[in-house]
Amino acid sequence: MEEQVATAVQEAWRGFKPGLWQRDVNVRWFLQQNYTPYDGDESFLAPATERTKGIWQKLEAMFVEERKKGVLDVSQIPSCITAHGPGYIDQANEVIVGLQTEAPLKRAIMPNGGLRMVLASLKAYGYEPDPHVVEAFSKYRKTHNEGVFDAYTNDIRACRSSHILTGLPDAYGRGRIVGDYRRVALYGVDRLIAHKEQEKLALDPKHSTDEVIRDREELSEQLRALKELKEMAKSYGFDISVPAKNAREAVQWTYFAYLASVKEQNGAAMSLGRVSTFLDIYFERDLKEGTLTESQAQEIIDDFVIKLRIVRFLRTPEYDELFAGDPTWVTESIGGMGDDGRHLVTKNSFRFLHTLSNLGPAPEPNLTVWYSPRLPEHFKRYAAKVAIASSSLQFESDSLMRSAWGDDGAIACCVSPMLVGKQMQFFGARANLAKTLLYAINGGRDENTGKQVGPKMEPVQGDYLEFDDVVGKFEKMMDWLAGVYVNAMNVIHYMHDKYAYERIEMALHDHNPVRTMAFGIAGLSVVADSLSAIRFAKVKVVRDETGLIVDYVTEGEFPMFGNNDNRVDQIAATVVSLFMERLRKHPSYRNAIHTQSVLTITSNVVYGKATGHTPDGRRKGEPFAPGANPMHGRDSHGIMASAASVAKIPYRDAADGISMTTTLVPEGLGRTEGERTENLVGVLDTFFGTSGYHMNVNVLNREMLMDAMDHPEKYPNLTIRVSGYAVNFVRLTREQQMDVINRTFHGAN
Amino acid sequence: MELKSADPTIPLEGSPYDLRVSLGEQVPEFDRKAALESGDWGFIHSFTTGSAVDGPGMRVVAWLTSCQFRCAFCHNPDTWKLSNGMPVPLQRAVDVVKQYRIGLKTMHGGLTISGGEPLMQKPFLIKLFQGAKAAGIHTALDTNGALGDRLTDEDLKSIDLVMLGLKAVTPDLHKRLTGMDNAPSLAFARRLAALKHPAWIRFVVVPGFTDTLDEIGKMADLAAELGNIERVDLLPFHQLGKFKWEKLGMDYPLKDAVPPSQELMEQAAERFRSVGVNVV
Repeated sequence: MEEQVATAVQEAWRGFKPGLWQRDVNVRWFLQQNYTPYDGDESFLAPATERTKGIWQKLEAMFVEERKKGVLDVSQIPSCITAHGPGYIDQANEVIVGLQTEAPLKRAIMPNGGLRMVLASLKAYGYEPDPHVVEAFSKYRKTHNEGVFDAYTNDIRACRSSHILTGLPDAYGRGRIVGDYRRVALYGVDRLIAHKEQEKLALDPKHSTDEVIRDREELSEQLRALKELKEMAKSYGFDISVPAKNAREAVQWTYFAYLASVKEQNGAAMSLGRVSTFLDIYFERDLKEGTLTESQAQEIIDDFVIKLRIVRFLRTPEYDELFAGDPTWVTESIGGMGDDGRHLVTKNSFRFLHTLSNLGPAPEPNLTVWYSPRLPEHFKRYAAKVAIASSSLQFESDSLMRSAWGDDGAIACCVSPMLVGKQMQFFGARANLAKTLLYAINGGRDENTGKQVGPKMEPVQGDYLEFDDVVGKFEKMMDWLAGVYVNAMNVIHYMHDKYAYERIEMALHDHNPVRTMAFGIAGLSVVADSLSAIRFAKVKVVRDETGLIVDYVTEGEFPMFGNNDNRVDQIAATVVSLFMERLRKHPSYRNAIHTQSVLTITSNVVYGKATGHTPDGRRKGEPFAPGANPMHGRDSHGIMASAASVAKIPYRDAADGISMTTTLVPEGLGRTEGERTENLVGVLDTFFGTSGYHMNVNVLNREMLMDAMDHPEKYPNLTIRVSGYAVNFVRLTREQQMDVINRTFHGAN
Repeated sequence: MELKSADPTIPLEGSPYDLRVSLGEQVPEFDRKAALESGDWGFIHSFTTGSAVDGPGMRVVAWLTSCQFRCAFCHNPDTWKLSNGMPVPLQRAVDVVKQYRIGLKTMHGGLTISGGEPLMQKPFLIKLFQGAKAAGIHTALDTNGALGDRLTDEDLKSIDLVMLGLKAVTPDLHKRLTGMDNAPSLAFARRLAALKHPAWIRFVVVPGFTDTLDEIGKMADLAAELGNIERVDLLPFHQLGKFKWEKLGMDYPLKDAVPPSQELMEQAAERFRSVGVNVV
């Protein structure tokens, strides 16, 4: 038996350069020793095969039906890795297999995160909940959601309902944990089980403290999940206890591991990691051995990507409204540089981008290029070309993320970097800093309801706002909010670990990985512009009959964020650092490293809705700018100035990412296709050559969007990028559509 | 020189797409003259960064106010009056441009000064170009060419590329379209050709004026004959400036004009190509 396994491993690893990766579980070491950097252009790529087109067409018909009904179908068996039998789209023709349930687009329920969310979702789409499930999860099995509310403080509840803290993952899966799914392909599950057993054994000599007991229990859960993973694969006819022998198996094994995680977790973001260059090693070997053609290689990737495009979760319409559509954030990190100076672009990097042309543009998987001016020219140009044609790519700074975390990192969700298999994060939505500023001005009273939500402090006196006075009050209000926020996060993640632990994702991490606790802020540009108005113009307050300040009259001009004007840009940068400092003062659950993001995705609309008039002249209810973007239309000096302002936000105090969305009309990038490609490469080289962190690139025109609002049927696949990920434009609410349109269009009108 | 009537630190907000009026009105006539003569202050309608349609690569573009032409198709009529622009000290303008020095190099771009007619503020223009060039930034002048004789050969050394906005070749047509003679513009074009100075031509196909194959042909032949024209930007008239005419309460002669068809633009481009001109 052992001999057989040894032979299977030997066969699977044939031709690979040996190294420490064989002794330990370490995919990065394997990758660094075995990958083939590719400097050429895209001419080798193959078009979609008839088979691929056939499968995609079958699904496209189902998408239409799904859009009509909201969800296509629901399975009420509480999902876990082995809950559902095998499912297929077209069994005879699929190259890569595996679905979350027994049918495509059929959504599963995952009540461990919260029964309430499940019930609300079922109700919204007209399903009667299965009484057994309701009984089990209300009588016998507690959920994450219940646990959280058992331990919430009154302060946290008040902040939640006033929307100064929004989007906390307390009723659903937290997500943003990326398993190293590659490990399954490289090592086979049996080896991973043996490794986990050793990790667990190593805890035996330790005294049984809370921490050690929890670790032992978690490792046992991880071991159980790995065994279920094997079982699930077996139901599809594959033995993944041993490593993958060829490219198709490597993709299949990797996908099975990912599939197990999306069968068990309805996480806010369920990202894939960084698999393309790893998988390329298998493709190169097969191509060399003559067992694979380029067309077959592309077919495998196309089929894999098709599977990633149809990952579905059952969520409420309100949730979809917050995040615009039905996001899953199957983020795949592509390209980047290695610490040794070689770039990590391979032919597979091209093949992944090429799916946007073979299958058409789509928001998922969320293809993310780790950009560096040092990437090979051909790849930069190809990526720019794809971005212009599809608006489906995002770019993030390789140098910032690599120097902070390492060269085998991946993005979870939109902008959150982590080292694959060695680092995880506790995700935590965001604090509304614009509202915090209004609380500061009003002594802790909510500007909309007049309720005392924050601590009772002295409100602003007099008719005009004084900069020093307001900043002092703002700092105090941030002191308070940071405390409530960290408290909330600690409760949430304690309970998530307890009641909805990510068994399979954590099984594909090292024991005791680096943990970050990822806080977030919204409304940064509103705060910066408001403080700038107070500092450089005159801001008169308007009080209602109860003395509550409800409006502002701004006299005179003031510099606005997004114009590369240090007077206000430094305010923005300082606010980020001030809030970060305050977060760090409060101990975090499991000693996680505090980080924060300046990212809103599309929730900038609902944050704005919950926030009254602000001193910068923004009216009550108007959307904030997304992420770290300048407010709509206030960045009046073009993309370089706008990007330069955003690039001043210090990454060290926003280590979970700084999101910038830029929308260009095609003419804005040049008058010919060649010019556009060259110019976009120039923009990216410039932005990422300095301290730019992230750039979403939308290339489209206003007329097209206006038309799409009125005639969605004409644009079923119109994809645009919104603050960190792509959405299907026609699935946005009208409000969100208007918000997108009103965002600055850089370029020729 | 100091300009007491203007705040040298005022935020330089405002985009080329905004209507911009009276920004320099507080500066008295006397000061304006002194500023114009010294070139120590300029009047700027607006500026942008990262423009891909105003010369090679991605560029910083500044639009200066004041123009002697009254083009019927002008999309920025608010640039005609000098006092509509923001008074900006030379050094500040140079500093703003220099901020983008490295990016402009990476993006194979540079600084373009447009207008209005930038040669109306020639001393400021040249000083700004000299400042940019000293920082290693490529410079391009977007001009109607009529005041070309204000530029000495020495001045031309600080301008890497001249983009000639030639409105029409046929003299009557030019007069009808702009209110001015085109002889000085053509003379400047020929002088640049004699100097072999790198130049582009920007030609707008305006309905009812320059949308005939005859006029397009004349422009193509001129471009070919000059010999120093690296590229012709062939631009279709558009209506995006309409709101400015309306808001300024001015009578817009082209308010009902329809932009030229794709086919005509294709035909026009073909005509340029047929005489060996690089047209985009």
